[in-house]
Amino acid sequence: MIIFEWLNDQLLRMEWLSNLVNWLVTNVFRLDVDGRVGGSIQFFIYDVVKIFILLCILIFVISYIQSFFPPERSRKILGKFTGIWGNLLGALLGTITPFCSCSSIPLFIGFTRAGLPIGVTFSFLVSSPLVDLASVLLLASIFNWPIALAYVVVGVLLAVVAGTIISKLKLEKYVEPFVLNNSMMEVEQEKLTRRDRVNFARNQVLDIVKRVWLYILVGVGIGAAIHNWIPQSIITAVLGQDKWYSVLVATIVGVPMYADIFGTLPIAEALVLKGVGLGTALSFMMAVTALSLPSMVMLKQVIKMKLLVIFVGLVTVGIILIGYLFNVFGHLLF
Amino acid sequence: MEIKVLGPGCAKCQQLEKTVREVVKELGVDAKIEDIKDIKKIMEYPILTTPGLVINEKLVVSGRVPSKAEVTTFITTALTKK
Repeated sequence: MIIFEWLNDQLLRMEWLSNLVNWLVTNVFRLDVDGRVGGSIQFFIYDVVKIFILLCILIFVISYIQSFFPPERSRKILGKFTGIWGNLLGALLGTITPFCSCSSIPLFIGFTRAGLPIGVTFSFLVSSPLVDLASVLLLASIFNWPIALAYVVVGVLLAVVAGTIISKLKLEKYVEPFVLNNSMMEVEQEKLTRRDRVNFARNQVLDIVKRVWLYILVGVGIGAAIHNWIPQSIITAVLGQDKWYSVLVATIVGVPMYADIFGTLPIAEALVLKGVGLGTALSFMMAVTALSLPSMVMLKQVIKMKLLVIFVGLVTVGIILIGYLFNVFGHLLF
Repeated sequence: MEIKVLGPGCAKCQQLEKTVREVVKELGVDAKIEDIKDIKKIMEYPILTTPGLVINEKLVVSGRVPSKAEVTTFITTALTKK
């Protein structure tokens, strides 16, 4: 148990890094780490370096594992399950299947043409951006394991419920006709050698770092500002734990925005340190990552407005409920 | 030779197109390169995740950005098949 804690502290929380940066700021920059400027610089350097290191290692390992689960395989597996098990499996597979958000449409069409109920496809689409192995580990690093695991459970639950409701409401008629016009085509599964998998994993790391480095810097920058510069009173006035509207504000602000989850985690971290409820911070994070204007615009090409509105509405309401839940029961997890 | 790059326009798709154009230029191949962004046209091929590369109406790779070496192999293989 003690070894686990030590591993956790050194590998995930990187205490050694925090101490190193402390030393750097105090002795090389000659700033007080408890002061405003010193504190924000320490936070900035430590968080940026930590996130980048974790990012590279985690993405590599997880992409390697993910190379065993291409979407074609998920589609085949999901075809064998009916009812709520389909939704559950869809949500779970969504968390481990790698794909970039612009693939959501071909995926939606491909899954639907294969005969999968749209609810199952939606469970997949909700859980994919929301629950991601790498970000779960990052959550554990920033907060702790009970919170990270609770986030996974809750994220999967949201995906399952949203998908099941969509299935039950029989909303298939709101899918654009051309989606169902052609039947499914067999997608050839590539045989990957170990070398292929390593290359894939390495390319995923490069690809993702290239895509998110700016989000991370901006996210940590905002986190540092919140941490050291924005007065606690302003933050608690809008997002404080005792304010009943904090979760609503956090969610509604987050929905139209998009940032990579690696960029929003430092913001969530800084908010919680400033006394914002855990649920409020998580709601913000989930709203930013699960829904975005670009992905909604893309989905609009394959589903009619009514279904899109229901989908966005379900996910938003779900996120709000989860936020309140974590605010009320969050203290049990710390 | 007809080459089509399938994808709605995200960074990966653009990278694939750039690589394809480079390889075609280097090999000196007479190829028509088309960028397919329309989802209806994209789904005419058995693709689940973008980006996708189609050579002479055959989908050769999808779901990832192949390396320049791989693209070169795909194109030279297609040349010999003629």
